[in-house]
Amino acid sequence: MPLHVCVVGSGPAGFYVAKKLLKRFDFARVDILERLPAPFGLVRSGVAPDHPETKVVINQFSRTAEDERCRFFGNVCLGTDVSLEELRKIYHVVVLAYGAESDHRLGIPGEDLEGVFSARQFVWWYNGHPDGKDLPINLNNVETAVVLGQGNVALDVARILLRSPSELSSTDIAEHAVKALRTSRIRKVYVVGRRGPVQAACTAKELREILGLKGVEIVINEADLQTTDCDLEELQSSRIHKRVFDLFCKSATFTKCAGRDKQLQFVFFRAPVSLLAAEDGIHVRGVHLQKTRLEGNNPRKLVGTGEFEELDCGLVLKSIGYKSLPVPDLPFDHKKGVVPNYFGRVRSSDATNETERGLYVAGWLKRGPTGIIGTNEVCAQEVVTSIEEDVNRAVVSNLKEVPGSVGLESILSEKNKRYITFEGWERLNETEMEKGAVKGKPREKIVGIDEALAIGLAKEKE
Amino acid sequence: MSLSAAARRSLAQRCSHLRRESPLLWCHRSSAPQEHDLGSRRPPQPWSSRLRSRAFSSPSAASEQDKPKISVTFVDKNGSEKSIQVPVGMSMLEAAHENEIELEGACEGSLACSTCHVIFMDEELYQKLPEPSDEENDMLDLAFGLTETSRLGCQIIAKPELDGMRLALPPATRNFAVDGHVPKPH
Repeated sequence: MPLHVCVVGSGPAGFYVAKKLLKRFDFARVDILERLPAPFGLVRSGVAPDHPETKVVINQFSRTAEDERCRFFGNVCLGTDVSLEELRKIYHVVVLAYGAESDHRLGIPGEDLEGVFSARQFVWWYNGHPDGKDLPINLNNVETAVVLGQGNVALDVARILLRSPSELSSTDIAEHAVKALRTSRIRKVYVVGRRGPVQAACTAKELREILGLKGVEIVINEADLQTTDCDLEELQSSRIHKRVFDLFCKSATFTKCAGRDKQLQFVFFRAPVSLLAAEDGIHVRGVHLQKTRLEGNNPRKLVGTGEFEELDCGLVLKSIGYKSLPVPDLPFDHKKGVVPNYFGRVRSSDATNETERGLYVAGWLKRGPTGIIGTNEVCAQEVVTSIEEDVNRAVVSNLKEVPGSVGLESILSEKNKRYITFEGWERLNETEMEKGAVKGKPREKIVGIDEALAIGLAKEKE
Repeated sequence: MSLSAAARRSLAQRCSHLRRESPLLWCHRSSAPQEHDLGSRRPPQPWSSRLRSRAFSSPSAASEQDKPKISVTFVDKNGSEKSIQVPVGMSMLEAAHENEIELEGACEGSLACSTCHVIFMDEELYQKLPEPSDEENDMLDLAFGLTETSRLGCQIIAKPELDGMRLALPPATRNFAVDGHVPKPH
């Protein structure tokens, strides 16, 4: 009898789980749901346009989707089109892998001024995510941007603001974004962290790339590179931090070259206190910061020094972490923004050891919004191992008959909800590549939902 | 201070041990970070398309057969071993895939991931490899279960001196669910 599985979310988490389930169980039938017309999650809408080699993993995910035991259902949204309760009735196993589509807030005054966005919104905008195209961003009147946070997403957004638009125009960047960047007046970007270069969350590859960015002067205050004994201990125990710190050191020692018209400045030991409004009271004009210091040992505490300063700017991008969204009937830890789980098995609440039969989580919804694409492979292995144990112990409904795909199709057709198959995505994919080829781009992303659906749903009626 | 290329390589080799111990010795003041010109930096062609083009062009297919081969053994996380013959010049990632060994290669050899991470079981043979590039080290930073003899499979190219090498596939999971284990608070 088939093992009917529904995976919600078609990013790396969802696809690695599907891949491993199909490998482990010959009798698995895996349906992958995706609320957007196009699959692949953050590989498509998160990875920066100038990092095409990071997107090669799509080839592997496509091979999984093409397995005859796997079906892709695009344009189907958990909550709106089908409820979690319904899915749990018609599948033996449901794996939620829908990631993190919201943001941590700073919780400071001025956060809702115009010109203040989360990095996620800006990334969705330049990556042609359908929900990001209408971002009210204006780069024509802005000379300075402040990015809050020093992780890889912070470096991505800083780099896209500073890279020459002519270089970006041969990537898969969204057309509306490269148009706006061509007339951008931004010449200076600050990347601000609350702690020091020893604690910076970015990794070596991304830092190395931005430090070598053509036409951009790098500014680092050498005083920020002083290390304490605690810092040295931290560096000793982490290869990643050691190599990142080394790159900051190397960069700070070089004499600045004249003739570079853009600047990237790393600001350390500054915590945002408020975002300042311009005279109109509507737009952001600056960031009010407090100098910080790390104190103590094990654990080290971040404290304010009582000294303040301001950075003038017309654009603020908050890159302080993504956050998952809850859905009805799903246990959720609102503080951490994840689903409480035991090796991927959803726990009935974070106060109990009981788990929900047949319900699992994978990816950022399980672990929080950290790690790289490959992290999901390890994560998926853990979840699939849990599923395997539960199937072997007949914990999963003693494998009684459930309708699986047929049940889902019935629910969707009752609502007149049309879904995009993987063949439909391949049509959309071909169209994007053809449109891109004309402009010397690998693809021209179709950003409007209606246009994407028109192509993806064509000829679906049998 | 400026050093010749040969002297830099020799210094790098001698410093590699120190580099793992002391972060401050790493602050080389001698070379500038390279500027990235996106226009001239082309992403490496994914190995899968290189493999396909090799299979379909007869002259190179014939020469693959004629190339000398070395013996390589892959050991999976359960201890199962598989020994294969690898033509000189082929990467371990390609060799694994050609022999249906489960070595993940998400970026297909473009140095954009760490999923083809393998562990050398013989330190002597590990020392015979050229030093990893900065780009490979950047990816090794992120590999799970990194060891002193870890390398990326896509960067290990078969050569006669590596005959007999044994490569361990790192365990895929960090956490092992054990029956009866009480779940920790999340």
